Amino acid sequence: MQNDSFNKINVLHYHLELVLEDIDSTVNCTAEVLYHLGNKNIAPDVQFTIEGELKNTDEADNIFYSQIKSLEKELVAENIPDSHGHVSPEMEPIRLLAWVASGYVMWQNSTENTKFQFAQIKHVKQVKRSDEYLEFDYMILLHEMVSQEIIPWQMTVLWHPQHGVQVTQDSRQPKHASE
Amino acid sequence: SSCVFCLSYPLGMTAAGLRCRKSIYQWMTQIQKSNSKLVTQHYLGKTIENRTMYYLQISQPSDKTKKIIWMDCGIHAREWISPAFCQWFVKEILQNYKSDPRISRFLKNLDLYILPVLNIDGYIYSWEKDRLWRKNRSPHMNGTCYGTDLNRNFNSSWGSIGVSYNCSSEIFCGSGPESEPETRAMAQFIERKKSDILCYLTIHSYGQYILTPYGSTTKPPSNSEELVGDKNFGPLKIIAKGTGTDDNAVPILDLQMHVAKKASAALMGKYGTRYEVGSTSLILYSNSGSSRDWAHMIGIPFSYTFELRDKGSHGFVLPPDQIQPTCEETMLAVTTIIDYIDQKYFPGGAVMLTSGSLGLSLCLSVVLTWTVS
Repeated sequence: MQNDSFNKINVLHYHLELVLEDIDSTVNCTAEVLYHLGNKNIAPDVQFTIEGELKNTDEADNIFYSQIKSLEKELVAENIPDSHGHVSPEMEPIRLLAWVASGYVMWQNSTENTKFQFAQIKHVKQVKRSDEYLEFDYMILLHEMVSQEIIPWQMTVLWHPQHGVQVTQDSRQPKHASE
Repeated sequence: SSCVFCLSYPLGMTAAGLRCRKSIYQWMTQIQKSNSKLVTQHYLGKTIENRTMYYLQISQPSDKTKKIIWMDCGIHAREWISPAFCQWFVKEILQNYKSDPRISRFLKNLDLYILPVLNIDGYIYSWEKDRLWRKNRSPHMNGTCYGTDLNRNFNSSWGSIGVSYNCSSEIFCGSGPESEPETRAMAQFIERKKSDILCYLTIHSYGQYILTPYGSTTKPPSNSEELVGDKNFGPLKIIAKGTGTDDNAVPILDLQMHVAKKASAALMGKYGTRYEVGSTSLILYSNSGSSRDWAHMIGIPFSYTFELRDKGSHGFVLPPDQIQPTCEETMLAVTTIIDYIDQKYFPGGAVMLTSGSLGLSLCLSVVLTWTVS
């Protein structure tokens, strides 16, 4: 059983006011972030409120979904973006999906002393499924600002237009795992 | 001519895919050839893999002795927008020095020294082997581990904070201050010229910052002298810290902030891009051994790190369509800083510097600052 007063000493509370950039507009957002100083293995608590609504992306989601569903062979790709920052139009949703999923990974592994950014997809392969979900096995690179490290991270991502994104499995890789 | 700059990494690369190293060397040779009155290429030193480092000197022929603005790019290999900016900067100066009154004014008094890529070995490695490589390519532990972070290798509180002593780390500070030939070559050159260098600029990415000293503290190191400006008149000078009760002294770090804010505003005016301004230790993270801190510690009054676009959506791998806008807006910031320095040290146009005239101009500008703030 956790002692409430113990928790109060060991939690760092940030109140954030931020602006989200949507497709062609901005949306205000407030968030409360609690870092658990006592146990670094617990992800920070995040509560947020979006003031207003984000744009509807159903059309683009459904196009991407049908494109992948209609592939004869499972999708395989690497180095997105490439060294020069190019992303082909077909791969842009794959990149966005990785970016969103990596947000979960970053959140789960953040402390007050980390600052993660998504850097690159080293490779991605689609995993065949019998149900309606799309599944992708990604090896991505995260950039951690404070240490300046590039961290390979494997993540299994499920997605469906109506059910959103799920990271079902993820694991940090040793430094040379991506090569 | 603009067709030299295909605006892909690095500038000057054609669709056929010239190797980046040839490309930047070829570009420098070509720049000197087509602007021989203004531009000379100079040897700086050799990298650990024995490649030659050159800097370009842009100097308007004159019988005056000039002061120096130094700008280096490519300390960190993966920050490709950085060498691209140095190339863009040189191109812009050479294209516009006759027509742009600001450029022609400051070239009367200032020489521009541009080092397009310091960490050549790392840069090539990031082209050929590992796009996200950061450090140089010095071998350690019998060749089982490579690379020192050159921006932790300078002799500014070296090895004290924000570093690793482990070669496998991206922020490995090396075996000692200036242990790396790249660091040593640049430091020795700047040390020799330091009494003439008014401004040290070092270009990095990403984050959209203009950073002032220091990485490990907000105050100058306790054992150093203090660089101050003068509220009424008199040039910037170094005084021993804690001595003198000169009410007119304005800490140089405050002047630096003031100028950096002007630069940031000028940058934002172009495409609305926001840059944060402040000391590394306050707005980023703690570090030691950076070139910018070292330059300031040896007495160079205006010392800045630029962290160019973006803020993390693409990070080091900035898309090609952002290269030119980034270069254009950054140009405005850098010329704002150079302008300010030119007008403070050489007021009243092409007039010989005297302490009286300098003081009057400094007095006016600083009085304006204090009333506005």
